[in-house]
Amino acid sequence: HFVWGTNGKKGLLKTSSELFTLTYGALVTQLCKDYENDEDVNKQLDKMGFNIGVRLIEDFLARSNVGRCHDFRETADVIAKVAFKMYLGITPSITNWSPAGDEFSLILENNPLVDFVELPDNHSSLIYSNLLCGVLRGALEMVQMAVEAKFVQDTLKGDGVTEIRMRFIRRIEDNLPAGEE
Amino acid sequence: MADEALFLLLHNEMVSGVYKSAEQGEVENGRCITKLENMGFRVGQGLIERFTKDTARFKDELDIMKFICKDFWTTVFKKQIDNLRTNHQGIYVLQDNKFRLLTQMSAGKQYLEHASKCLLPSAMIVRPSPATWNCKSN
Repeated sequence: HFVWGTNGKKGLLKTSSELFTLTYGALVTQLCKDYENDEDVNKQLDKMGFNIGVRLIEDFLARSNVGRCHDFRETADVIAKVAFKMYLGITPSITNWSPAGDEFSLILENNPLVDFVELPDNHSSLIYSNLLCGVLRGALEMVQMAVEAKFVQDTLKGDGVTEIRMRFIRRIEDNLPAGEE
Repeated sequence: MADEALFLLLHNEMVSGVYKSAEQGEVENGRCITKLENMGFRVGQGLIERFTKDTARFKDELDIMKFICKDFWTTVFKKQIDNLRTNHQGIYVLQDNKFRLLTQMSAGKQYLEHASKCLLPSAMIVRPSPATWNCKSN
């Protein structure tokens, strides 16, 4: 199971954030036991994230007072500056816009999900934080946007930063509610 | 600082994820509970390690129980235990009138109970003596 290092943080104040990180770590550890290969774990994390996202968006809209976004750029701003801040206490930066304005990157200097986590050697294909991609996808689907989210850099794998690439696929026109996956 | 809403949704999804992938029946139900307990145990273990890294060992059982009812419970469940009773022979009853993980229940109430129970066995790694926990909810 995953190795927990220490980083010298003291005190009880940190631990409610650690509760989330530890809970997430326990989930990933359990999934690695349940599924034989990393790809299946990645899929399951994405699916669970999706289910969380479709509910999280309601909480977000109720608490954040942001209006409807008129384009993908506004959406990116809201995701990075409001949503990430509200739920994970971090503000990723937005970079690498595609010329068509339908793709951008979120750069996370630090990722709370991976505090103290080290990937063991036999899980090189595991996308540890893949839940986040599912959450983004699920939340945005509920506001009529079909998007793709994927990790392209990961500090857990030795990269300098963590980068999530977001791609706008299409507007969802019909009003059928998203089912659980 | 991870938000409470996100944590609660993650917790719910973990519980329903475990039960969704299982079949019906007593044996399967037992397996699900064990899975949730294992996950909870791991979480509790990590929390306790952090809590007790810089503090002295607990003096006695009562010291442990006080720690659980105040510091530990506050961190995990955002409030202190409302009532603690003991028979002074190793049995302690902790009462929480507004258990954080159950306040937003929908279906599958009994599953959430099991999941929340999971965080508790962890505290017992502080002492070598084993302990069992039972949860009742109103």
